[in-house]
Amino acid sequence: MSSSAPSAAPPRQGGPRPSPPVVSLRSSRPRYGEKILYAGLVLAAGVSILTTVGIVLSLIFPAIRFFQEVSIGEFLTGTSWTPRFADKSYGVLPLITGTMWTTAIALAVSVPMGLGAAIYLSEYAAPRVRKTLKPVLELLAGVPSVVYGLFAVTFVGPVILQGVFGINVGTFSVLAAGLVLGVMIIPTVASLAEDAMSAVPRSLREASYGLGANRMRTVLRVVFPAAISGIAASIVLALSRAVGETMIVAMAAGGQARMVGSATEEGQTMTGFIAATAMGESVQGTLAYNTLFAVGLTLFVITLLINLISIKLVNKFREVY
Amino acid sequence: MTTSTVEPTEQPRRLVAAANGDRDLTSLVFLVLLWGCLAFGIFSLAVLLFNTAMEGAGRLDAQLFTNYTSQLRPESAGARAAIFGSLLVMLTTAALSIPLGVAAASYLEEFASRENKFAQLVELNVQNLAAVPAIIYGMLAAGFAVLIGLPRNTVLAGAIALALLILPVIIVSTREALRAVPREIRQGSLALGASPMQTLLRQTLPAAIPGIATGTILALSRAVGEAAPLLLLGGLVFVRFDPNGLLSGFTTMPIQIFDWAGRPQVAFQELAAAASIVLLGLLLAMNALAIIIRNKFSSQR
Amino acid sequence: MHSGPSPEVAGGAPVAPISTNISVEGSHERAEHLVDSPHAVMTCTDVSVYYGKFRAVNECTMPIARHEITALIGPSGCGKSTILRALNRMNDLIPGTRVTGQVAFHEIDIYGKDVDPIEVRRRIGMVFQKPNPFPKSIYDNIAYGPRVTGMKVASMDDLVEESLRGAALWDEVKDKLKQSAYGLSGGQQQRLCIARTIAVRPEVILMDEPCSALDPIATSRIEDLMVELRKQYTIVIVTHNMQQAARVADRTAFFTAEAAEGSGDRTGHLVEFDKTVKIFGNPADKRTEDYISGRFG
Repeated sequence: MSSSAPSAAPPRQGGPRPSPPVVSLRSSRPRYGEKILYAGLVLAAGVSILTTVGIVLSLIFPAIRFFQEVSIGEFLTGTSWTPRFADKSYGVLPLITGTMWTTAIALAVSVPMGLGAAIYLSEYAAPRVRKTLKPVLELLAGVPSVVYGLFAVTFVGPVILQGVFGINVGTFSVLAAGLVLGVMIIPTVASLAEDAMSAVPRSLREASYGLGANRMRTVLRVVFPAAISGIAASIVLALSRAVGETMIVAMAAGGQARMVGSATEEGQTMTGFIAATAMGESVQGTLAYNTLFAVGLTLFVITLLINLISIKLVNKFREVY
Repeated sequence: MTTSTVEPTEQPRRLVAAANGDRDLTSLVFLVLLWGCLAFGIFSLAVLLFNTAMEGAGRLDAQLFTNYTSQLRPESAGARAAIFGSLLVMLTTAALSIPLGVAAASYLEEFASRENKFAQLVELNVQNLAAVPAIIYGMLAAGFAVLIGLPRNTVLAGAIALALLILPVIIVSTREALRAVPREIRQGSLALGASPMQTLLRQTLPAAIPGIATGTILALSRAVGEAAPLLLLGGLVFVRFDPNGLLSGFTTMPIQIFDWAGRPQVAFQELAAAASIVLLGLLLAMNALAIIIRNKFSSQR
Repeated sequence: MHSGPSPEVAGGAPVAPISTNISVEGSHERAEHLVDSPHAVMTCTDVSVYYGKFRAVNECTMPIARHEITALIGPSGCGKSTILRALNRMNDLIPGTRVTGQVAFHEIDIYGKDVDPIEVRRRIGMVFQKPNPFPKSIYDNIAYGPRVTGMKVASMDDLVEESLRGAALWDEVKDKLKQSAYGLSGGQQQRLCIARTIAVRPEVILMDEPCSALDPIATSRIEDLMVELRKQYTIVIVTHNMQQAARVADRTAFFTAEAAEGSGDRTGHLVEFDKTVKIFGNPADKRTEDYISGRFG
């Protein structure tokens, strides 16, 4: 080191100034590989947009053909759904009531249970307890829905509902399907709600304790309201999951599309209809095949609206903290 | 599932709580209710696992793994085609979704600015697609297969449906993994004259691999358990052969379970439960692998 | 070489024979003989830096003299780190950052049209506040820069050794080059980061409070190293530690932050730039004097 720069004559001490060395700050390399790779990344990101476009297109064309034969009015307001009978009618309301029943029952289970678990994990559990129990609870979301469906048909319906509670349900019921669906989406509610409550600044809680509130009042009056948009997002997300879930309702809710009047009845949901009809090897291009896509489009539009609300809420809760 | 970052210490809270009357009756009832909510979820999981194990234990034999399915003889039918099908579909799904998801996440996290309209649109799509019902992806894959003249009931069509289904999950978890790489690493690399792409490939991505692997395995385990989108591909229910390529017909374990569970004979339901045990075992192994990877690498830092 | 002071030396400075052995301790005496208008390797002209609408630094003009150490000092939030990052376009990485005015490197505007920021950063390296070695071996930490910049290297082993010697780290790590850099102490890690920087042969090294995370012994080793490195490189250092600036810097720029009219935002600006001995001995501006004597900051 020391030999390379003789201290006797550093350039700053006298002598004519050396002219600045010729330098260029232009790129020294074309980096074609990197440009191609970058284009690849952009394209990969674009796949998400293409997927949405693809979904819309693949649903809309068969759906249009369907609506050329069945009027939108009949579809949306008809109370009879019998596409496979000789006397065909295409009112989607029975499927929608089926979906509403299973969804409502599922939310009745998952919202209180999920929020209760979230409050416990976020506000009461010791860190170590939380670290153990949260992943266990999230395992519920990892169990495949066919396994839940099997559980609903072989256990919850006959053993729990009929055996333990003496409720008169048949093999299939929206009640059994909805209950099991609700269990499956408990972690959906709990996880996001817990994140939202944990994100509430500690200073807010301390201020509440400082005013003499106990922990329960602090949770209900301070933490819960402060986390409300995240909690709302968790519920909306659970709603979207419940509406879109297929296998449990296809296996446990029943195969008859009808206006469902009570929880113990069987009924077919939109997703259940799609699953059942798809299994039936329907020939592409027929009205029966196009029916699938009309129902699929309805389902997509409903979940899209729910999702947009949920995204708004999630982004709002992220902005706050 | 995202985990929160706040990890408050326990002790001061307990002191505060004790000082403020957490021991009155209402508070205790409230606490018991909360505890009950959590217990309900965990108890349900336990009952589900126990019930499945009890129902299926009788058929958890070698025939389940070596024999094909059967219409008439549930006592000797097996899930061989479904097991092979699930493995092949999972590998194909991984091959499609991992490069796409990691690339998209890298773009969003490392290159796109927050004001970039294209990136904003991509993000909105990712957020929405994450909550689109699984069965809709089946309709997309069916429509796509018809469009390019591919038979619907092929491994490739199934893998495309599942890959698109889990793509948002992979993107979100990869972004989280990239975000967890300290900014100092990127700055150090750039300050030495590395390009942003070199920094990504040589520093940021390698440092994020454990997180990406964990998220990806969890996403794949969702794909393995999913049946709904595959129903739309048609003709997957009664398959008595091993899949032998991307354009081969196939079935998967969830489809096989669905089929068996829907038959009237009790013996088939037993078979469905036995296949469920195998499926749950596979998922448990994948989850364990994800946890091992996470722990191994987090202790090295 | 006992040549007299060059004609460029300030007229008012006491004329004394220049010692050939410039010592570290003698930095003040040495600074006496700095020319008034140095040969600038970089020049900032009216440089302002904005984060979105917020103006972090306002119209800073100063030269960075070749083979000197220039220190940027001032209270927190005065924009000294911001200016430092503007010198090699590290600010580019923060979305919404905008630089106006001109930052010239060898009379080329580094924010000019044809300029590749990657090239800028290769020639103007940076050492950060917190040591940030890569999660790789010591050897790979050094070899990384030459590899990614495509340097033609005859022997990477030699380059690694030379760089580590240059950063006075070789003797401590020569037996564990393949071990993780994370096993080194904080001071060693920071010298590794310096070694990593000189491995790509930059002309200028920017140091952003390089000792703020280190203990006094490690700090003093880094300071010695800076003075040594100055023979080959031009160094700009941001420091909170005024003694450090006084000890190592040839020239010092004092920045402060003042609230802009009509808004609560505090905009940093350059108050005074001069030889270190002048800044610490006889500052021209009252605010500099107050800061130096510890009256604010």
